[in-house]
Amino acid sequence: MDANRQALIAKRNRRTGIAAAGVVVAMVGVSFAAVPLYDLFCRITGYNGTPMIGAERPTAPGELTVTVRFNANTQPNLPWRFEPVQPSVQLHVGEEAMGFYRAANLSDRPATGISTYNVTPEVVGKYFHKTACFCFEEQTLNPGQEVDMPLAFWVDPRIAEDPNTRGIRTITVSYTFFRSLNDAERAGALANAGPHVGRLGNGTPAGITR
Amino acid sequence: MDTAAHTHGHHDHHDHKPGFVQRWLFSTNHKDIGTLYIGFALFAAIIGIGISLLMRLELAHPGMQIFANGQMWNAYVSAHGLIMVFFVIMPALIGGFGNWFVPIMIGAPDMAFPRLNNISFWLMVPAFMLMTAALFVGEGPGGGWTIYPPLTDNTYHPSMALDLGLFALHLAGASSILGAANFITTIFNMRAPGMTLHKMPLFVWAMLVTAFLLLLAVPVLAGAITMLITDRNFGTAFFDPAGGGDPVLFQHLFWFFGHPEVYIMILPAFGIVSHIVSTFSRKPVFGYLGMAYAMVAIGFVGFVVWAHHMFTSGIDVDTRAYFMAATMVIAVPTGIKIFSWIATMWGGSLRFETPMLFAIGFIFLFTVGGVTGVVLANAGITQILHNTYYVVAHFHYVLSLGAVFGIYAGIYYWIGKMSGRQYPERLGQIHFWLTFVGVNLTFFPMHFLGNQGMPRRYPDYPDAFAGWNLIASVGSYISVASFLFFFYVLYVTFTKGAKAAANPWGEGATTLEWQVSSPPPFHTFDELPRVR
Repeated sequence: MDANRQALIAKRNRRTGIAAAGVVVAMVGVSFAAVPLYDLFCRITGYNGTPMIGAERPTAPGELTVTVRFNANTQPNLPWRFEPVQPSVQLHVGEEAMGFYRAANLSDRPATGISTYNVTPEVVGKYFHKTACFCFEEQTLNPGQEVDMPLAFWVDPRIAEDPNTRGIRTITVSYTFFRSLNDAERAGALANAGPHVGRLGNGTPAGITR
Repeated sequence: MDTAAHTHGHHDHHDHKPGFVQRWLFSTNHKDIGTLYIGFALFAAIIGIGISLLMRLELAHPGMQIFANGQMWNAYVSAHGLIMVFFVIMPALIGGFGNWFVPIMIGAPDMAFPRLNNISFWLMVPAFMLMTAALFVGEGPGGGWTIYPPLTDNTYHPSMALDLGLFALHLAGASSILGAANFITTIFNMRAPGMTLHKMPLFVWAMLVTAFLLLLAVPVLAGAITMLITDRNFGTAFFDPAGGGDPVLFQHLFWFFGHPEVYIMILPAFGIVSHIVSTFSRKPVFGYLGMAYAMVAIGFVGFVVWAHHMFTSGIDVDTRAYFMAATMVIAVPTGIKIFSWIATMWGGSLRFETPMLFAIGFIFLFTVGGVTGVVLANAGITQILHNTYYVVAHFHYVLSLGAVFGIYAGIYYWIGKMSGRQYPERLGQIHFWLTFVGVNLTFFPMHFLGNQGMPRRYPDYPDAFAGWNLIASVGSYISVASFLFFFYVLYVTFTKGAKAAANPWGEGATTLEWQVSSPPPFHTFDELPRVR
């Protein structure tokens, strides 16, 4: 093979190789970008039952009434009792209503929780608007402290126009409280997470026994 | 295809090979690296298949037989999956046959980046060591090959075992990415004069599509497992809701890699089977362009169907409807391939030698696996069959019987070319029938078990499932015996095999590798062949 052709091929190879490396870097970048983008996508489209925040409520309520039920979950790691005050409320679409959750710290030291939420059926996410909530803020409760957490919301009257949602009369709001990572670290909860994170174990964690 | 290569006898005088260390450790020769890859894959297969034998011994009867506890079982199941995917099928098909035959088939003297090729291979060795070492650390890497958090976070897998496994995946992934970049560059720039893209052999097409899939999919896996590693060790919360993360995001990232990955494992086998069917029918492949673009289509559509692995992960009904429909679309290009293979055989003068037996076995078994795949593509049916043995049966029919039959077919087809010695035909046919009976006996009953509701990933089961499980275990013993028998066939080939001619298959074998000697000279195509 003559030197000219070899040099030409080497140059083209370098170019193709660099392009391939660029694709790899871009794909790694895209996979990390997926983290905030997925979140943004859910908040805009109501995907995964993500409620809407900060939209203008229509002035006149609609005819239709829907029932909003409340569900509460607590991560076992968090020493709280967390439950809805009322099982459900009924409201007209376009009308603002309020529900309360009640949380109590059952332990003898302060504990910080943080919550996530969604609504079911997931398709109503884009019609369920929250005006005031305790979503995704850290809450610290002192030992024995009990608080009521308000949740204000309204349902978009257009829920009755969308063929995917017009049959829906019951919406379930679900909140899950987790122990915040910082708090878990302070309380030493992470020390139980394993030999290479905290104290040295013998390699067989508790709970994996037969 | 009409090809003419210059003779290579005249430069045999400078065909001296370097010394052992220089040749095998610092190798930059695509054929030697291909040989290393195939040897590596065979070694890894001994361990991967050995683990599957342990699993079938455990499942032969109800109750716990040989595993100490459920977590040990989890670790071995996960190791079996990861080893077979990353250290057996991919090195054999992509690193092995790809390195050996892509440059020869396009008339190139070597790969575009020979040194990169060397590091691609040598990354696999530490990766495999990390993977197997993980089994002996702490509770083992018991997250399945899908390594979903929260099971793989530091609450449920606290020891370093899973980190070792993740780093093994990182290294294997880096190796694949480097290899893929190398293949793309080689195929785009190093083709001999006259070898246009539309004249390339189908195996080269398969490798080109595979390389693109690797380049686009594996970095996403790298991203996902990097997040998992930082979640586990450095306090981030990508997948931990307590810190605002989402475990389902991992599933999306994983399957965005994982679904193309299954095509990465099967496309090279498609290519090999196309060559073999054509050779042993003494006819050109039916619908060459359709075959090539069917693979391109499979590659494209393969990237937009990932959530069909997540039908029970709480995605809404519209999304499921889309992913279900898109998944079924893949049956169209796949059907084109199956049809074209059959059409290639139609009216050909068929010879049923061992490579052809494996190729026809591939077509039949892959179709069975494809049909159960269409069944599983239905979101409604998956609600019932998800995580049952039906799924295990499905993916072993396309991989263990599909891709592995592709590997065996390729070895029998090319072993004369690679080693210079032809395999013993009778022993090869015995090996085929032993394998065919063994794997079908192992995996077909799993369809029944799955339909009866037996879940995956448990070392024990109710007595009601005992019958078919025993049959599957007996089948696996036959399969393992056939694998050992394969090593005997290799031994006989290397010690007593007849000298292979440049083209032992006759007029059906038209690609360029049959125009060089068997084995090919250390440096092929210093003088470029001209393709008409």
